[in-house]
Amino acid sequence: MVNGNPIIEGFIEAIKLIVTLDPQVVEITLRSLYVSLSATFVATLIALPVGALIYFYEFRGKHAVVSTLQTLYALPTVIVGLLMFLLLSNIGPLGFLRLLYTPKGMIIAQTVLIVPLLMGLTVSALSGIDRDKRYTITALGANRFQTVATIIMEARFAVMSAVLLGFGRAIAEVGSVMIVGGNIRGATRVLTTAIALNTSMANYSMSIALGIILLAVALGVNITLSLVQRR
Amino acid sequence: MKTDAAILSAGAVLILLILAIFAGCTGAAPEENETPYATTTTPIAGVNVLRVATTTSLENTGLLAELERVYEDKTGVDLQFIAQGTGQSLDTARRGDVDLVLVHAPALEEEFVNDGYGINPRCIAYNYFIIVGPESDPAGIANMSPVEAFREIYAAGTNNTPGVVFVSRGDNPGTHAQEKALWAEAGYDYEEEILDSGPWYVEAGKGMGDTLILANEKNAYTLSDEGTYLSFKDQLALVPIIAEGAKLLNRYSAIAVNPEKHPDVNAEEATNFINWLISDEGKELIGDFGKAEFGKPLFVPLYAPDCTEPPFNCTCAEPVATA
Repeated sequence: MVNGNPIIEGFIEAIKLIVTLDPQVVEITLRSLYVSLSATFVATLIALPVGALIYFYEFRGKHAVVSTLQTLYALPTVIVGLLMFLLLSNIGPLGFLRLLYTPKGMIIAQTVLIVPLLMGLTVSALSGIDRDKRYTITALGANRFQTVATIIMEARFAVMSAVLLGFGRAIAEVGSVMIVGGNIRGATRVLTTAIALNTSMANYSMSIALGIILLAVALGVNITLSLVQRR
Repeated sequence: MKTDAAILSAGAVLILLILAIFAGCTGAAPEENETPYATTTTPIAGVNVLRVATTTSLENTGLLAELERVYEDKTGVDLQFIAQGTGQSLDTARRGDVDLVLVHAPALEEEFVNDGYGINPRCIAYNYFIIVGPESDPAGIANMSPVEAFREIYAAGTNNTPGVVFVSRGDNPGTHAQEKALWAEAGYDYEEEILDSGPWYVEAGKGMGDTLILANEKNAYTLSDEGTYLSFKDQLALVPIIAEGAKLLNRYSAIAVNPEKHPDVNAEEATNFINWLISDEGKELIGDFGKAEFGKPLFVPLYAPDCTEPPFNCTCAEPVATA
């Protein structure tokens, strides 16, 4: 049977792996960052403009759209994984792209996963700006475009939180990257799938170590982004 | 897989920077946001990639990592293993999402080849399935034949004999197929009489390693391949109760995906890899794997003419003709 406490061993192991810059851990960590940051980036590009459009334009069914987005916050990662798997598989409609079991496929899956979250939170962020402020801006003689730009500027902190939340959801999820990526060593293995694999191989301390690294990475990204923002 | 940490890190840093800059000016108009995403590098270039769908039992023993290391150093081919159950691996191959399968369920393999999806099957190695369980052996099956043992476990389990629990993989891999075959041989209808027949029968729905851990926690019987059991032995209080016997033979084969069904598979490298696996070099590597660590090899390579005779009845020596 196992000796020692895997949690304590995990901490020691984590420190060892980080200090020695274990090449495999470094590679998995960088891939996690690459995939989830790319997904967050692409999702932000899509969600911010569309979210702003939804907020600024009145149209029929707007409430329904917002409610749908909010429902999709709870989109299960395995369902996204399954859908993307069926779409990207060789015999699926997008099979010709050969994206299944590649990091690009994983980026697409995570993007799909977090776009609703980012879009919905963008709408909320903009809604959070005082209506009086909007009138004031208009009263000061701003044209339509300037009004939009100023309101988005005002909402930037809330929008940033949305982006960080989206990144958090992306880097922490295991369901879709496992199905779409296939957890291939050296190609599509990321921190979360590596944790799942090591747990199934009873390497608990390695799993704990990777978990600590995952949290540290999330912390690092948060600090970096908030530093830039405070500039 | 050759790792390209530099490109990966460059990609990650680039995106982080873009994201940071972008975050700093969320007020910018949307049309300024069109930073060309295409400039970011992807970590895998279009090198010669060979994708292999395989079983969790091979991955969990660590054999795949060893094969990958040696073969990649030798050929420069980027070997990528996707570990799934045998059932799922064959399905992945039918879809053309991989170039090759490395699996262990002879009946399913035959179907795969007969349906025209698989070509050039070669058996590579074998070991035995074993029935492991708590040392106290509450169902009293020691020294029985596997089929008798299954009958005994069923009888004890359905009578609610304390301590008799059987954990099944339940995810349709080769081991699960073997288990179903044993239930059938013992005279039970799997769907009707075994599934949902009481708390004694537990379906794990996980890989072999997880199933062993679960069986260990529950102090239960389970059917495992020998290789995975040996590589997990340190973590387990379970002991092998029934080992060996032709009924418990576990044969691993490599089968290439038919390029006529899926023209974009890497048929050439699939052929090369199969030929390397059945070469003396490949077989020695498999035969030596785990010797140092576990005191005995986890897999026994198959050589001609033994492999063409019962109980194997497969092709293991003739190289696949290269196109």
